[in-house]
Amino acid sequence: MISRQTKREVALGLKSLLQHKLRSTLTLLGLVFGVASVVAMLAVGEGASEEALAQIRKLGSNNIILVTRKPTGIDSNDNVRMSIYGLTYEDQQRIAETIPGIRRGVPVKILPKQGQLDARKLDLRILGTTPDWFELVKRDLIAGRLLDVTDEARRNPVVVLTEHGARRLLATHEAIGQPIRIDGIVFEVVGIIGDETLAAEGAELADQEVDAYVPMSVARNRFGDVIEQRSSGATIREKIELHQLVLEAESIEVVPRVAAAVDYALKRFHPVKDYEVNVPLALLRQAEASKRTFNIVLGSIAGISLLVGGIGIMNIMLATVTERTREIGIRRAIGAQRRQIIRQFLIETVTLSSVGGLVGLVLGVAIPVVITQFAGMPTKITFFSLVLAFGISVALGIVFGIYPARRASRLDPIEALRHV
Amino acid sequence: MDEPAPIEAEVQDVRKIYRIGDETVNALAGVSLQFRRGEFWAILGSSGSGKSTLLNLLGCLDRPTSGRYLLAGRDVSGMEDDELSHIRLRHLGFIFQNFNLIPQSTVEENIQLPMYYLGIHDHESLPRAQELARLVGLGQRLKHTPIQLSGGQQQRVAIARALANNPNVLLADEPTGNLDSATGEEIMRMLGDLHRQGKTIIMVTHEPDIAAHASCRLYMKDGRVERIERGPMS
Repeated sequence: MISRQTKREVALGLKSLLQHKLRSTLTLLGLVFGVASVVAMLAVGEGASEEALAQIRKLGSNNIILVTRKPTGIDSNDNVRMSIYGLTYEDQQRIAETIPGIRRGVPVKILPKQGQLDARKLDLRILGTTPDWFELVKRDLIAGRLLDVTDEARRNPVVVLTEHGARRLLATHEAIGQPIRIDGIVFEVVGIIGDETLAAEGAELADQEVDAYVPMSVARNRFGDVIEQRSSGATIREKIELHQLVLEAESIEVVPRVAAAVDYALKRFHPVKDYEVNVPLALLRQAEASKRTFNIVLGSIAGISLLVGGIGIMNIMLATVTERTREIGIRRAIGAQRRQIIRQFLIETVTLSSVGGLVGLVLGVAIPVVITQFAGMPTKITFFSLVLAFGISVALGIVFGIYPARRASRLDPIEALRHV
Repeated sequence: MDEPAPIEAEVQDVRKIYRIGDETVNALAGVSLQFRRGEFWAILGSSGSGKSTLLNLLGCLDRPTSGRYLLAGRDVSGMEDDELSHIRLRHLGFIFQNFNLIPQSTVEENIQLPMYYLGIHDHESLPRAQELARLVGLGQRLKHTPIQLSGGQQQRVAIARALANNPNVLLADEPTGNLDSATGEEIMRMLGDLHRQGKTIIMVTHEPDIAAHASCRLYMKDGRVERIERGPMS
C-alpha cells in the first residue's frame, strides 16, 4: 500500500538530494565506500575460500604428502660426487609397518626421460607410481585404460599418456597399443587420461605438466634411482629413490596425529632434513586463518566507512530539518502528528541512504572484478552479499535518521511557523 | 428572533503566562468568551495585546496556563499532543498571513495534505482536492507549485486546504496582510461566502476595513477583552 504521499515523500528525499548535489555526494561517499567494501569483502572472502577449498579438496583433506626436498648445503658444483637424498623405499615400508591409521601409501618417482613415438623424439616428464595414484587423483579416461595392479606386479612395460603428453607427442586414439621408446626401452601405450592442474601454496602433488605414467615397479627396475642431468657442461647426478610419498589417512580426525608420527619416524633416519611433510588439512586451517585476517581488515574498513557514512547522513538530515523548520511547522499546524513527521523524515533518510547503497553496490560489484583482473585473486559475488549490503544501507538510514526525524517532530509548531 | 446558535468554542478564564528570564509576561490575563456556530469574528488589538496568543490557543497550537477551553463541547485544555493534532486536523482550518503552503508540493498536493494526515486514500482525496481547487478558482493550476502562483492565488489554495477536512471552524491570522487591497477584498469575499455557508470564522487583523467584514469584533488590550461589538461596523 504505497500511497501517493509515500511516493511524494520519497520524491521529496530525491529532490533535496538533487538540490544539493555536492553536499549529497560528499555525504553519501562514506556510505558508498562502506557498502562497496562490504560487497568486495564478501566477494573476496567467498572467492578465496572457494578456491582454497577446491584446491584442498583436490589434494585430499585426508592426505599427508611427503615431498623430497634437496637439502641446503649439498654441493651441486661437484661433478664427481653424486648427491644422495630424499625419501626412500625403506621409509615407505617403515611407515606402512609402524604407523597406524594409514589406509594406503602411494609412492611417486619423477623421471625426466627422452621419449620417442614414431619419428617424434622429445624430453618427457614421466611419473612412476602405483595404480592407487589414480584413486587419489581422479581424472577422465580419454582412451584405453589406466595402469592396474597386474602391470605393477608383472612389471609390464606399459605407459599411460596424459592429454598434455599426448598433445606433445602428437598421439591420438590410434596411439593406443603402439610402441613408445623411453630411454631406448620399448613401452606400450595403453591409455590416455585428461589433465588436471593441481596447485596449492606450499604443497603440490607431482602431477603438473606430466606427460606419462609408468608402473612404479617398472620405473624402479628399468630406470633405477640415479638421475643424470647435464647443464652447461657439468653433469649433475642425483640419487633419489622417491620424490613423493602420498599417505592417505583412515579418517580426517587422525590426520594431525599421523602427520606428527610420520615426521617423528622420518627424522630419526634423515639427519639432514631432505623431506617435507605437507598436510592439506593444515593448509585449509591456514587458508581459513588468513581469510579471517582479511575479513577483519576489510570488515573494519567497512565498519568505519559505514559509521562515518551514517554520521554524514545524520548531519545532512539535521541540516535539512533546520532548513525546513517552517514546513514542519505548517504540517504540524494542519494536524500532522509527531509520528507522521518522523515517518516523513525517516522515509527521506532511507531514500537517501538507499541511493548511496545502490551506488555502493555498483562500486562493490566493480571492485572484485578489478581485483580478479589485476591481482588474479578469485572473487565471487553472491546474491546474499548484495542483499546484505543493501539491507545495511537501509538499516543505516533508519538508525541515523531516527534522531533528526525525532528532532523534527519535537519542534514547537508556533516557533516553527515563525521560522523564516 | 430564533434561538441562539449552539456554542462552537468557549474559553473560560484562560490565562497564558510566559516566563522570559526573571520576568513574567501575562499574554492572556483571564479571558472568557463564547463563539457561536456560524459567527464571523474579527479580533483586533495592537501588537502585544494578546490576540495572537488567543488565536494560537483557539487553534490548539498552544495550551493555556490555566482556565478551560471547550471546542465542540469537549475540553481540549488538558489534551495530549496527539489528540490536539487530531483536533486541528478534524475540526479546525488554518489560514495564515504568509499563506504557508508546502513549497515543494503542487496545488493539488497541498490541498490533499490534511486528508492524507487523516488517512484518506488518494482515490478519494485527489478528486476532492481538485474539486476544492476549482471552487477557489484554481482548477487550471493543479500542477503548479506555490512559487508559480500570485499571492492571492496562494491564499486561495490555503483556503481550499483549510476546507479539505470540512472543519466547522476556520482560523485566519491576518489573511490579507500580505496582499494588495483589491486581492485582499477578493479573499474577504471568499471568507464572507464561507461564513454564509455556516462556517465559524475567527480572524485576527489590525485593519478596520478588513474587520468590517466580520459579524462580531473583539478588541483586545493588555491580555484582556477590551470590548465586543456585534452587528455591522458603525
